[in-house]
Amino acid sequence: MNKKLVRQLPLHFMLLPGIILILIFSYIPMVGIVIAFQQFIPTNGLFGSEYIGWGNFEYAFQLPDLSIVLKNTLFISIMKIIVGLIAALVTALLLNEVRLMWLKRSVQTIVYLPHFLSWVVLGGILIDILSPSSGIIAKVFTFIGLEPIFFLGKNDWFPYVIVISDVWKEFGFNTIVYLAAITSVNPALYEAAKIDGANRWKQTWHITLPGMRPIIVLLATLSLGNVLNAGFDQIFNLYSPAVYKSGDIIDTMVYRIGLIDFQYGLATAIGLFKSIVSFILISTSYWLAYRFANYRIF
Amino acid sequence: MKVFSWFNNTFLILLAFICLFPLLHILAISFSSSAAASAGLVKLWPVDFTLKSYEFILSKHEFLKSMTVTFQRLVIGTAVNMILTVLIAYPLSKETKDLKFRTLYAWFFIFTILFGGGLIPWYMTIKYVGIMNSIWALILPSAVPVFNVILLLNFFRGIPKELEESSFIDGAGYWTTLWKIMVPISLPAMATVGLFTMVNHWNSWFDGLILMGRSDQYPLATYLQTIIKGMDLTKLSGQDAIVMSKVSDRTAKAAQIFVGTLPILIVYPFLQRYFVQGIVLGSVKE
Repeated sequence: MNKKLVRQLPLHFMLLPGIILILIFSYIPMVGIVIAFQQFIPTNGLFGSEYIGWGNFEYAFQLPDLSIVLKNTLFISIMKIIVGLIAALVTALLLNEVRLMWLKRSVQTIVYLPHFLSWVVLGGILIDILSPSSGIIAKVFTFIGLEPIFFLGKNDWFPYVIVISDVWKEFGFNTIVYLAAITSVNPALYEAAKIDGANRWKQTWHITLPGMRPIIVLLATLSLGNVLNAGFDQIFNLYSPAVYKSGDIIDTMVYRIGLIDFQYGLATAIGLFKSIVSFILISTSYWLAYRFANYRIF
Repeated sequence: MKVFSWFNNTFLILLAFICLFPLLHILAISFSSSAAASAGLVKLWPVDFTLKSYEFILSKHEFLKSMTVTFQRLVIGTAVNMILTVLIAYPLSKETKDLKFRTLYAWFFIFTILFGGGLIPWYMTIKYVGIMNSIWALILPSAVPVFNVILLLNFFRGIPKELEESSFIDGAGYWTTLWKIMVPISLPAMATVGLFTMVNHWNSWFDGLILMGRSDQYPLATYLQTIIKGMDLTKLSGQDAIVMSKVSDRTAKAAQIFVGTLPILIVYPFLQRYFVQGIVLGSVKE
């Protein structure tokens, strides 16, 4: 027994550096949630400040902004999930109908390029394109006789610009996953359907879509864990005080309260609220995916 | 059927065009003169072609400085990430009979995906560790990419056991087996993970913004973020007046945005080759 332990010692050593780093940069911050219960002063260290019980939480939950921010977060993220899944599904089905291989491959390659670009760069491009004075969209609007719209500065438009631009950036990723799922459908089923006289539309509806159902359900389930992540990078790079009413989300609010206004306790409390709800959602989604789709991450 | 096929192809070409258009547009602006850009004449092709915007940004001290910071973080950060990824993925790919406490170790890492302390405690931790304002602030907090560990772990598991066993029979230990057998055999998977890691380092901007105190320590992505959000404290100075007739804020921004995407466009063909493999390994494994 002892000999066995000695033999596997190198394996334990290999894990050591990673464990130390994770302990410091992931687990100490988890202990750091005590800040949420303090009148936190950074120079006193993690535990040296005065404890005020649930004070920060009570204050946070009577902030009128918090309910707006929660509403924005849910609206934006749920819209992103639904529109994103539909866009990817439709694109995958249409791509599946393409008989010209070069066209199929080129489109496939191009649509997920934006996935690898950061929101800093894409935000910069969007700001330029949507600028009401000099952007190309405004020029098109003027050309067809419409008044240019300040898309990033109007509360009526902002959340939709966020949803559409995010779908634009990310739909290619899921398209590839769906395409992989389509290729795994048993070809014999199509042969049988053809003999029964089913046209391509009927084949899509009765064979391809049902064949993809497990993967659709799986992706939808896994996205449940992201319901409180409305996209910090994207919104931070596109919003302005004029659209806080429709575009401010939990993460951007926590950033401003904590690192701009230095209300550390309050920001930690709101962040902790998000972490706990997210924890429940992610665990549930993984459990559901495991239970019903036999999906395991490792 | 012919009609549908025609519509479908046209629609998909249009869709691909919409995905590329913003990039092409910004590229065209960056090569255009400021007058043409501000008059809105530029669409997909440069108007009044000039390289002045690029000359201008390459003469900007802040821009070049941020490039060197990004380069540092790319080299050191990727190396650290990769070494740690391998060192964690290999033991975790073993079964419990070969590695005591394996399940415990695995959950120790997985739990960090499920729960986190949030922004402020994370920020304070880094502050107390004392690496703020140094390059290590951009490397150590994200040194262990747990998702990549899972990716590589699943790959290691797919390697036939016999390969390792024959190495053990030859008297090699775990270290030798890892470096001489497992790593060489997983080079394609490692290349994928490495490329993703590099793209991540290139694109990361938020850590630079909050962990680096002075703007001359910003990596390129953070520097770009500050100029795009209009907080550029280094406005055009007197000596820039000569080039000003050709360069405007808009064309200069466009040029910098394009330089910010260029490396990704260069590695993209390699990224996408392994991309589908990566997804299959990582997210739709059944």
